[in-house]
Amino acid sequence: MSVYLSIENVGITFKTDKGSFCALDDVRLRIDKGEFISVIGHSGCGKSTLLNIVAGLLQATEGGVLLEGREVDSPGPDRAVVFQNHSLLPWLTVYDNVRMAVDKVLGGTKTKAERHDWTMHNLALVRMDQAKDKKPGEISGGMKQRVGIARALAMEPKVLLLDEPFGALDALTRAHLQDSLMEIHHRLGNTVIMITHDVDESVLLSDRIVMMNNGPAATIGQILDIDLERPRRRVDLAADPHYNHLRAEVLRFLHGHAPASHAA
Amino acid sequence: MTMVGKLTALTADPAQSIPAKPAPPPGAAAKRAREIAGRVLPPVLGLAVVLGLWQLACSGPNAMLPGPAKVVRDTWPLIVDPFFDHGGVDKGLFWHLFASLKRVAVGFSLSAVAGVFLGVLIGQSTMAYRALDPIFQVLRTVPPLAWLPISLAAFRQADPSAIFVIFITSVWPIILNTAVGVRNIPQDYRNVAMVLRLSPIEFFFKIVIPATVPYIFTGLKIGIGLSWLAIVAAEMLIGGVGIGFFIWDAWNSSLMSEIILALIYVGLVGFMLDRMIAFVGQKFSS
Repeated sequence: MSVYLSIENVGITFKTDKGSFCALDDVRLRIDKGEFISVIGHSGCGKSTLLNIVAGLLQATEGGVLLEGREVDSPGPDRAVVFQNHSLLPWLTVYDNVRMAVDKVLGGTKTKAERHDWTMHNLALVRMDQAKDKKPGEISGGMKQRVGIARALAMEPKVLLLDEPFGALDALTRAHLQDSLMEIHHRLGNTVIMITHDVDESVLLSDRIVMMNNGPAATIGQILDIDLERPRRRVDLAADPHYNHLRAEVLRFLHGHAPASHAA
Repeated sequence: MTMVGKLTALTADPAQSIPAKPAPPPGAAAKRAREIAGRVLPPVLGLAVVLGLWQLACSGPNAMLPGPAKVVRDTWPLIVDPFFDHGGVDKGLFWHLFASLKRVAVGFSLSAVAGVFLGVLIGQSTMAYRALDPIFQVLRTVPPLAWLPISLAAFRQADPSAIFVIFITSVWPIILNTAVGVRNIPQDYRNVAMVLRLSPIEFFFKIVIPATVPYIFTGLKIGIGLSWLAIVAAEMLIGGVGIGFFIWDAWNSSLMSEIILALIYVGLVGFMLDRMIAFVGQKFSS
């Protein structure tokens, strides 16, 4: 497969009152179409910064990002973001939050009826069509995140960017949403970059896990191929020795070089 | 105190006199009655005490001000017929209040539009904030009536001057609250707007205004209160029809009871204006 999204020698230095601070240095990553990439690392290692650079919300001070061979330097719906704290607009209903994105992105190419159908289709994809008339304040955190995903998917992005999408959710809800996300990825074949600090989540969902060193001047420490068969089922994987081996690899990276048996 | 006893009986009564309905738990009706009484009684009692004290204070033979009973007696024609119009400034209280409200409506509408616009400007742009905020901070402390001579000199007419005074009095809290609201728009909403590539106009109407509505209405609420304060004072000086002039006219004729009646009306109207803005604000933000 040809390279779809390419992160070329990206570095970023923030100017602060106390001088400059180099958050990322020489990050290189090539992602194929349809690949699911997780970026994992300790808090403050710049993984969210990296995502924001790909999203165009931050400008790299060195290097750049190419999507289908073209440089991206500003935000756009082709790189839809699911933010950690859902960032739905609280004055709009669930439907209107998604519809606003649909109208903006597909307003020129689709009729009103088609846009309505597309909105409902994406809400159904995350099983939020029943709650379409609720306001974000009336639904749970997990449901809000579902709507956030629906809104991002509805933009028909080339790359879906997830910034610790399930970090604020309880374990059961998180597992539910991970399963939903896996199913959606299986069905639609999106290219996904997900920031996470959850080892199980990264192994379960990803094709490759990008492990970041600690900052300052953080960069990619190691990339791990997750060659587990798809579709994956979390219950089966729990007893899968290869899954546990991969999981231990990630843990070993994150927690220095402790013995695998100890970490698991 | 007999009043009080009667009220309790009245509110408790209807619940007890409907035996046909399947009886709710016996305590429920009484509990509800007590709840209603608990809400109605304190304000009634408070008013009664205030009126009583007032009456007491002004009942001496050489009292300077009329007590409530005398006020009602003196102003009875004004109370029962607020709509008369004998030409000139000899009009019923309704017309005076109406004239004042009209000025407030014009001045306040102007200041709402200008205030929200300037507030968004200094909220969005750091440069505009740095340029204008010091000026606003100084100007907003100028008392309303201090503007009157300048505006009279500039407009040379009573009505536009009064409207300008309302505008200049009420615009500051609207500007400053709107600016705070805009600066408090969460970065998340801005990110959403950027990912969707909203145009500046779309961003303004779809993100800035809805996100800032609670702040804007706080400003509007303070603003309408200030405009009502300002108009009564301004009208005393500029004359013409209006509740402020009515008070001044009554003072010149030593009609104390009329002044007191007018004050009560001013208070009630101010209260209604405040509630009206709060109500509209709630409608908008829900």
